[in-house]
Amino acid sequence: MRVVVLVKQVPSEDVGLSFAPDLTVDRGGLPGVLSAGDRIAVDQGLRLAVRVRDVQITAVTMGPLSAREALRTALLLGADNAVHILDEALHGSDALATSLVLAAAAARLEFDLVLCGSASADSGMSAVPAMVAERLAVPGLHFADELLVRERKVEIHRDDGHGDLRVLVADLPAVVSITERCGEPRYPRYVSRVDAREKLISTWSLGTLSIDPAQVGRRGAACVVDAVTPHRPARPRALVEGDPTSTAVRLADFLAEREFL
Amino acid sequence: MRQVLVLAEGTTGTRRATCALLTVARRLGAPAVVLGGPADPAGTALLGRFGAKTIYPMPAPGPGGQSAAARVEMLVELARRTSPAAILIASGRDGLEIAGRVGVRLDSGVLSDVVDVLDGPVAVQSVRGGSYLVRSRVVRGVPVLAVRTEHITVVPDPATPAVRQVRVAFPAGVYAVRTVRPRTGRTSASPELSTAAVVVTGGRGVGSRAAFDLVNRLAEALGGAAGGSHTATELGWCPRKALVDQVGTIVHPSLYLALGVSGSQRHCAGMRGAATIVAIDSDPAAPIFRLSDLGVVGDVHQVVPELLAEIERRRAQPVISTRTVTEA
Ligand SMILES: Cc1cc2nc3c(=O)[nH]c(=O)nc-3n(C[C@H](O)[C@H](O)[C@H](O)COP(=O)(O)OP(=O)(O)OC[C@H]3O[C@@H](n4cnc5c(N)ncnc54)[C@H](O)[C@@H]3O)c2cc1C
Ligand SMILES: Nc1ncnc2c1ncn2[C@@H]1O[C@H](COP(=O)(O)O)[C@@H](O)[C@H]1O
Repeated sequence: MRVVVLVKQVPSEDVGLSFAPDLTVDRGGLPGVLSAGDRIAVDQGLRLAVRVRDVQITAVTMGPLSAREALRTALLLGADNAVHILDEALHGSDALATSLVLAAAAARLEFDLVLCGSASADSGMSAVPAMVAERLAVPGLHFADELLVRERKVEIHRDDGHGDLRVLVADLPAVVSITERCGEPRYPRYVSRVDAREKLISTWSLGTLSIDPAQVGRRGAACVVDAVTPHRPARPRALVEGDPTSTAVRLADFLAEREFL
Repeated sequence: MRQVLVLAEGTTGTRRATCALLTVARRLGAPAVVLGGPADPAGTALLGRFGAKTIYPMPAPGPGGQSAAARVEMLVELARRTSPAAILIASGRDGLEIAGRVGVRLDSGVLSDVVDVLDGPVAVQSVRGGSYLVRSRVVRGVPVLAVRTEHITVVPDPATPAVRQVRVAFPAGVYAVRTVRPRTGRTSASPELSTAAVVVTGGRGVGSRAAFDLVNRLAEALGGAAGGSHTATELGWCPRKALVDQVGTIVHPSLYLALGVSGSQRHCAGMRGAATIVAIDSDPAAPIFRLSDLGVVGDVHQVVPELLAEIERRRAQPVISTRTVTEA
């Protein structure tokens, strides 16, 4: 089974997000890590080998030079080889453009299954996986809290984000985005750590994928950012005090606003 | 006035999220609600109360409103026919999938984490859990906005909606993803901690094994799993396998409620990945509040029974609250 895992390099949590003058995320020179969800996606790929024969895992990233680190991590975890899509014209790409490039790469590699995280740890739009599936015209199963892959079929368990549980099934080939509920990745096996240095990382440009540079990057973006303003520390958002009855009502309102009631 | 397509949450749209979308849709044009099921009188009345001018029910027989693919087809078809000013979708797991797919189909920009919508449309996006606010616009296609509806104050503005049937030719692909019945026992009363969508934990503040029943009852009321901090498991208030922390189970639920948990570093390492975090603790300086989306300074023994009663009341008599959301 050919598995393509989409992995993204994100600024490490200690550093946090900062913005360049062109209002894109400043990725230059900052320490980066493989996005947590993508690490789990690679691990889930490895776990397929229990039920499925000849699992071959290719990690794919689209990112600047520094994103190669994400691929090295994926190889260390056990991916077989990797593709780095590197092209100056990609800087400033929005989700539509990112999905265009990633879908083209998956198609070129040929796949039975595309695995990815559900939300990257930096911008975390959670739109790329669904876009990739739509572009590849294959079934998309998103926000998998649990994944079960057989030779021809994939099944996921998920909640709708408000606690309603569903089981979804589709035939392969398919795109599946997984959540961190799938479980912590295991520590890489010694052999895969030793082998990692020998594994191949191919570098592709937009030309390799026959994508017109005008379709991607800032030029091709369908969304523009007008302003970025620092707001307040993310948390705590709100602290309420008062008598038990009114605080309980406030709590219930909060849960209802988020559709948990 | 141009239409603004609003995707209803659920099949009937009688949810707060839909009313929130209608509230912002009115700023951009004439709201038209796309339902995931048939129109019913109660639903139509509620949507009208929040300003819906048109209602498009899901044609039957068809794939039905559980299917994301069917709703994608509806939105794409209606967008092509009516060239709306925008498409508004509540930003849940289904909503984000639908937004992304519609964006691709219409070659239209998608903006996510939208917390406010101004004329234009200009979207205000919340980035990194609110540490930045970003103003952005869509410059190609029909703007597709995935809105975090909990940030919208719901305001009524009555209109009389017209229910319009649409004919949509669903392609075979909409049946590619099938919903199957969960195997028995899977969605039982007590889900597994590691994969639970809702997790309620108790800590030292719960005080006793007997009082720990409050944790279990709240978990049950929310369809979640119950867990405990290091202290709670050490003292035998809950089973050892219910330990949530760095060495116990690491959880990533959609909702995490901590009751009387101070929030030690090792506990936080086990739950900081939760999407929404609520804490109740008597100590206003408890570290858990630094992670919380909502913190309640109070006594667990008093607040939780009141909360359980309030949940029961609301379940018996659903209302859409239009009160203002105030934040600290
Ligand atoms: C603050 C901010 C806000 C933004 N808002 C918008 C917006 O509203 N609309 C918009 O169109 N763009 C927006 N962008 C740009 C958008 O984030 C980028 O286009 C990005 O490439 C899309 O990725 P994501 O990380 O948000 O994807 P997500 O959809 O969160 O990513 C999910 C998964 O897709 C895979 N994936 C995503 N990107 C890559 C990659 N480069 N290489 C390999 N795999 C990948 C990974 O498996 C990842 O876990 C925003 C960017 C920032 C910094
Ligand atoms: N030189 C580059 N080559 C390939 N991808 C890039 C490059 N620069 C940025 N990207 C990717 O394009 C997307 C948007 O980038 P940015 O606008 O730089 O945040 C992200 O997924 C980046 O990883």
